[in-house]
Amino acid sequence: MTSSPGLHFKTYCMLLIMVVFAPLGNILLGKGMKNVGSIVFWAPSRLPHIISLVLTSGYIWLGVASLLIFFVAYMLILSWADFSYVQPASSIALLVVALLGYFYLGERISPLHWAGIGVICLGVFVVGNTPPRTTEVR
Amino acid sequence: MREAILLFLVVASGTGGEICVTRAMKYVGEVTDFRPLALVRFIFQAMKVPWMWIGVSMMALAFFSLLAVLSIENVSFVVPVTALNYAAGALGGKFFLGERVTPRRWTGVLLVCLGVTLVWLGKR
Repeated sequence: MTSSPGLHFKTYCMLLIMVVFAPLGNILLGKGMKNVGSIVFWAPSRLPHIISLVLTSGYIWLGVASLLIFFVAYMLILSWADFSYVQPASSIALLVVALLGYFYLGERISPLHWAGIGVICLGVFVVGNTPPRTTEVR
Repeated sequence: MREAILLFLVVASGTGGEICVTRAMKYVGEVTDFRPLALVRFIFQAMKVPWMWIGVSMMALAFFSLLAVLSIENVSFVVPVTALNYAAGALGGKFFLGERVTPRRWTGVLLVCLGVTLVWLGKR
């Protein structure tokens, strides 16, 4: 493992971008798809109509843009940090999604659901204290 | 049932795609120059690696499955459940990418899985 303060700073900056834009993208996609309505796969005749609704939804395009920003940050961080570090560490985004779902979309979240998200965040904390890289760079 | 199939596709295809993208990025090498032009050049360089295209295709499948499941379920349920890919990711990192997953990291991954289970049960 090769670790330095600079490497950690770079890693945390990228993680911050990821935990902001991934939840934002998911919330926008969720709102957009709720407006489109339930997709029924056994009714192919409705698919062109659904695709046109998806392609003309501003929320979905904004969601895609947010997820693209997330994806670029994700690609960059994976060039130096372990996949098994980045993936769990970025799961703090799950808490942000739940908060946005609750406050912005008005979704009902049970106490057990919140407890589950809390345990996930605890898992994130544990993973976040491990070295970002365990393999040598080629 | 429909939700379960779609969530499986989101998790399996998403994790497989991420592992392929990681393999491509490790092949290209660490990013040291963060100027926009250098980043664009780096992305084009990454696009020359076949693993990147396999990964992006799998992630696209995961994305469309996510769109479909979001049309029938709440975001605050779907997104935490997709965290199941952390277990798959740790296994993939260890066996496919040769990363050393420490016991502490395994503990974190297990906690994430326990949390996902609670989220699933909380919906019932």
